[in-house]
Amino acid sequence: MVDRLLGRGPREGATPAEHGTPAERAAAAAYARVQLARNLRRPHTLELVRVMADEFVQLHGDRLFGDDEAIVAGFARIDGRRVVVVGHQKGADTEENIRRNFGLPHPEGFRKAMRLMELGERFGLPVVTFVDVQGAFPGAASEERGVAEAIARSVGLMSRLRTPIVTVITGEGGSGGALAIAVGDVVIALENAVYSVISPEGCATILWRSADQAAAAAAAMKMSAAEQRTLGIVDIVVPEPGEGAHTDPVETARRLRAAVVAQLDALSRVPADELVEARYRRYRALGPFEVVAAPTPPPAERGLGDRLRGLLDAGRQTIGGSLPANLPNLPNLPNLPNLPGVPHRDEPPAREEV
Amino acid sequence: MPPIRLPFRGRRTDFPPDLWTRCPSCQEMLFNKQLEKALRVCPNCGHHFRLAARRRLELLLDGGSFRERDAGLQSVDPLGFADSKPYPDRLAAAQLATGEREAAIWGTGSIEGRPVAICAMDFGFIGGSMGAVVGEKVTRAAEAALAERLPLIVVSASGGARMQEGTFSLMQLAKTMAALERLRAGRVPYISVMTDPTTGGVFASFAAVGDVNLAEPNALIGFAGARVSGGTIAEELPPGFQRAEFLLQHGFVDRIVPRPELRDEIVRLLEYLVPPRPAEASAEVAAVAPGFRPLSFLNALAGRPVETGGDGRSARPAAEAPATVPTPTMPAVPATTGLGLRPAHREAGSPPAEAAEAPKAGEKPEARQFETQTAEAETGAAVGARRPAEGARRG
Repeated sequence: MVDRLLGRGPREGATPAEHGTPAERAAAAAYARVQLARNLRRPHTLELVRVMADEFVQLHGDRLFGDDEAIVAGFARIDGRRVVVVGHQKGADTEENIRRNFGLPHPEGFRKAMRLMELGERFGLPVVTFVDVQGAFPGAASEERGVAEAIARSVGLMSRLRTPIVTVITGEGGSGGALAIAVGDVVIALENAVYSVISPEGCATILWRSADQAAAAAAAMKMSAAEQRTLGIVDIVVPEPGEGAHTDPVETARRLRAAVVAQLDALSRVPADELVEARYRRYRALGPFEVVAAPTPPPAERGLGDRLRGLLDAGRQTIGGSLPANLPNLPNLPNLPNLPGVPHRDEPPAREEV
Repeated sequence: MPPIRLPFRGRRTDFPPDLWTRCPSCQEMLFNKQLEKALRVCPNCGHHFRLAARRRLELLLDGGSFRERDAGLQSVDPLGFADSKPYPDRLAAAQLATGEREAAIWGTGSIEGRPVAICAMDFGFIGGSMGAVVGEKVTRAAEAALAERLPLIVVSASGGARMQEGTFSLMQLAKTMAALERLRAGRVPYISVMTDPTTGGVFASFAAVGDVNLAEPNALIGFAGARVSGGTIAEELPPGFQRAEFLLQHGFVDRIVPRPELRDEIVRLLEYLVPPRPAEASAEVAAVAPGFRPLSFLNALAGRPVETGGDGRSARPAAEAPATVPTPTMPAVPATTGLGLRPAHREAGSPPAEAAEAPKAGEKPEARQFETQTAEAETGAAVGARRPAEGARRG
């Protein structure tokens, strides 16, 4: 686990991309990218903001329980533009990682994020979020304090926030813990970032029943930035310098700043109503499906009582009795006797005694 | 793809050959028929077995009132996903096994005559997992609930987001939450019912944020399944972790409701959670109302119009026909439906609730059927009037 968090996956380099079937090579390449996204020296929110912003005023605490250091948030000035910054923060070394819980946020983190985003909305500051998380912390403390509720509320808040939101996937975009701060008007991803509904290890454990198949899962989920852009989840991919962001964090941050500033400027010209509506439509449209002809429902299963009545009605018809056949012809209704002994058809069939 | 069965299963023909089920909780052998009759709750220990979506709707809604919408939505395979089995094969297998097209069903119906929008999930369909179609159905249910001002009920039973649709599944969290935020802003109530299990992305989106959250006893409800937490952080988990009672204790569930009481519980809540009606809508209903009354009154006296032919499902109340052509989406209609059409009460023998409440001072009987729709004040009064009786019933 520690290996995985520190980006030293056991399979890194273990499956040389030159060997194996094409499928295996693709899987190895996909998993190598996941490892790159997890690289320990990859710049996280604070490192990026330090370069991108002229100033960063970090704020702490969710006002409900505590301060979660796995998520950092505050005010920043990017190229003269005042913004609210929210981002996941993994540690650079073991000590920092322990303090930051290996970048796995508790509910407090998401609630702090919500607090800051609401501040941004109230004071007309756009929000820039940086996403780099394997997932929300899955432990008991997290569940007790309602991590699911916090994620849901944060996603909901972002969907209606009346201020521009620019999201940057910088490393791992992992599941609900990522989405909680990733509902942006524009979603930018660094070239080697990944985005997925579950970690490849988790997916492999559930679907392949073995964590060893993580590489296959990584390939199957099409989690790389480029693939996500093709799918329409990510809007813009920012190329990384050299071998990856970890080789030149400063240059990475500069490139990111240009992309973020351009988006902030474009979004600042959109009125808030249109902005929120466009954001609603963006997420409303995600997720393809097809519409096939709905099957015509066969008559509802009829119970014994109904069947008996059917027989009775038919019998009465032949005798010439008046039938309550013409419902639309309602003026007749008062003439209709409420026949005693006729079972009502409303009883759900499942409850009948036969 | 093999032909799929219609999503309307014959009940009797489908009984599995084995007649007995062992209760996993108390080990008692239960006769299947008896178990079904007990709403799939173990009569011995109260263990709640999982319930198929359609059975759930049958249980909660007035008989025959359900109108399914968007039944034709079907999943596609956007990623070309294959693990041990290609995703389309899994879908086809799930369709065959459950007789449903997807893991969620939604539509409108009425509960004790109160119109609602309702969505139920089926755990039998790929673990009730949420892909694009499930997200779409929940979203459409929320959007329709807002447009038609119907209380929304979502009964969750899901392992979470559907991995085979990748990040599209993840985006369903955003899609559903965005619609629910609008519902919330529009002051339309939303009741979330969490059943066993409600985990992952479903719990981390619409299931967790009901105006009122209900849960079935001992249902597994949590964000990260115990397997995931155990595997990831190797942490000792407290007993009863992620059970409904644990959530109640920690403040994320309002009430734990045994299945036989769920319907009554929802009815009781819906008396308080009434969406405020925009002024013009109530004027519209009032304008149409006089035309309805004599018939409705007779209708009420007669119990119900004896309905014949048709499809046996769309029994139309008498009051509908004269005025306009009512669509099921018209708010006024289900109210009349409630009165006109609901003679047979679920518990045979017990007097209809309507009759019990009938003598209400200063109210013409024929006006009563509009009470939920027309004026808020009137509804408020009605609720007030009911309260003592409720207390007695509960006490």
